[in-house]
Amino acid sequence: MSFSDFIMQNLQEFWHLTGFYNATWEHMVMLVVGLFFIWLAIKKNFEPMLLVPIGFGILIGNIPFNTTAGLEIGIYEEGSVLNILYNGVSAGWYPPLIFLGIGAMTDFSALIANPKLMLIGAAAQFGIFGAYMVALLLGFAPDQAGAIAIIGGADGPTAIFLSSKLAPNLMGAIAVSAYSYMALVPVIQPPLMRLFTTKKERLIKMKPARAVSQNEKIIFPIVGMILTCFVVPSGIPLLGMLFFGNLLRECGVTNRLAKTASNALTDIVTILLGMTVGASTQASEFLTGDTIRIFLLGFMAFIIASASGVLFVKLFNLVLPKSKKINPLIGNAGVSAVPMSARISNNLGLEYDPSNYLLMHAMGPNVAGVIGSAVAAGVLLGFLA
Amino acid sequence: MKKRLLTLLVVTLTCVAAISAQGRRGLRINEVMIANDSTSVVDDFGKYSAWVELFNSTFGPLEISSVFLTNDRNNNTLYPVPLGDVNTEIPARQHILFWADGEPNKGTFHMNFTFTPGEDNYVAIYDANGLSLIDEIVIPGSLKPGQSYARKVDGEGGTGNADAWEIRDGSDAMYITPSSNNIIKSTNSKVDMFAEQDARGGGMAVMAMCIVFTALLVLAICFNIINKIGANISRKRKIKALAEGEEVEDHHKEQDSGEVIAAIAAALAEHLDAHDRENTVLTINKVRRAYSPWSSKIYGLRELPRR
Repeated sequence: MSFSDFIMQNLQEFWHLTGFYNATWEHMVMLVVGLFFIWLAIKKNFEPMLLVPIGFGILIGNIPFNTTAGLEIGIYEEGSVLNILYNGVSAGWYPPLIFLGIGAMTDFSALIANPKLMLIGAAAQFGIFGAYMVALLLGFAPDQAGAIAIIGGADGPTAIFLSSKLAPNLMGAIAVSAYSYMALVPVIQPPLMRLFTTKKERLIKMKPARAVSQNEKIIFPIVGMILTCFVVPSGIPLLGMLFFGNLLRECGVTNRLAKTASNALTDIVTILLGMTVGASTQASEFLTGDTIRIFLLGFMAFIIASASGVLFVKLFNLVLPKSKKINPLIGNAGVSAVPMSARISNNLGLEYDPSNYLLMHAMGPNVAGVIGSAVAAGVLLGFLA
Repeated sequence: MKKRLLTLLVVTLTCVAAISAQGRRGLRINEVMIANDSTSVVDDFGKYSAWVELFNSTFGPLEISSVFLTNDRNNNTLYPVPLGDVNTEIPARQHILFWADGEPNKGTFHMNFTFTPGEDNYVAIYDANGLSLIDEIVIPGSLKPGQSYARKVDGEGGTGNADAWEIRDGSDAMYITPSSNNIIKSTNSKVDMFAEQDARGGGMAVMAMCIVFTALLVLAICFNIINKIGANISRKRKIKALAEGEEVEDHHKEQDSGEVIAAIAAALAEHLDAHDRENTVLTINKVRRAYSPWSSKIYGLRELPRR
């Protein structure tokens, strides 16, 4: 072999390893999807903390390369760096860590002051089971249907946790779908809230919540964890961490731990979770008919969940005395997109009455939705795993 | 101090021993073949020997080195599972096969005893202390060559309970499964049941929504009760304080909501130009401004873009 042949052969081999040689139209589509997510996050400010890592993860996961070369770089290749980071998603330990942070960030005062708001959080979970029924109609197996339906809980970590257990092959599509719809809460929910409420209902003013003592705030996570986990032990990873994080926050003697859980730890896990979920959407796994159906089902689950929260409040108002009526605009907050959906309740309330601040009232069902979706995930896991 | 350390050490060791013992209690004899008539599995040396299948019924890996296997009721420590072999760790819900060929020199999984076909045979597992029985079973003498004696369901049925066992003859219905589950499942039975009984999902929706509502309703009721107890306690304290002639500060008047307080504060700030002490206090701090373009944050690489 001459020297020039040697050079040419090696260059040719290198060319075969490059992304340009291995690119397919599917890769290009996924790269465009990734760029679209990044654009949504930066230009439209839609859930940037999630969509930037997911969008960039999609770019990372869809750089074409020679999968038969054994380079150990793909997210699905055993032992690759991305595969090691992806273990937190596939084995399901990132979501409970995120829940620890959510617990350490969340003030449950609104819920403690007005416990009946918890029922709104429960009602909104109907979106999950409505979507489950439709998913079965579309031909998904019960375990896959359960994993897809959890998108209706509007809770990304829960969706990832459940799909990693029930339908690992659909996890990428489910996670991206869940986070996309969470980002689109400001677009999806207001028209529904207007559709299902009358002008009179939107003007209902709720009494300010009473002050909650520190003792009550400390008792809440302990009693909450014990009661909910006794009912649904399969929810322990999520509910246990959620309430544990909240106890760190409220007990007053673990401020450093609470601060770390709600800031540094959550940020680190969010970065890793978002990036690896994005990277898991490799074109070969992601661009399928199932993905489109999952996105449609997720959208439907979101609509049912938001609508059922609002409609439940209207129903609930029928049995409540006039002085204790609830503004149905906080019903949408039963889905657990915290605090986005509560903010939407507030904004819409202000639109109709500039002195009607609903934020703190909406935070009640909002955090109840977090508990409710974790319980629903535990139920699905218990029935189908 | 020494006494405390010693107590701590004893407690820790007891806990570790308890945890370890708890795990090993999950070890089960799962299937036994007394006479291997060349229709079953062959060992690494090409011999058809009797075998004993052990099953880890726990949901975590189980290290079984130093436990004892025996076929002699009077000798609990007949065959100690050797130390130092990585293969003696049984993964969760998995199996391991021991050969009863009386040739322990062939390796870890070859025991130093054999069975006697045509008679009742006894086999047992004892923990590392040689005293704690983990599992035992008597294999009936009616077992023919090529037949196995197996648990009906892997790992279930307790210790020494013959009702949980059955004779398997290798037919399609009664298959022999060395190093494999006694019941071979190709699908998830729970999922199959839901697919068959609840094809439209209505049952799941009703059951699951009931559970979600129950969980949150119980929580709501519980906190209603806690609210009332809290209110009662604070009222009693107030009454007691009044009786003692103390001035009571009421932090919980309904009209003192956050909004009202915020409105009062805003009005005071706007109309009275009322400040706290900050306008009258001078704070003198030495400020070092050792400016250099090289150390300036304005030009620094660490500066983040602002929108």
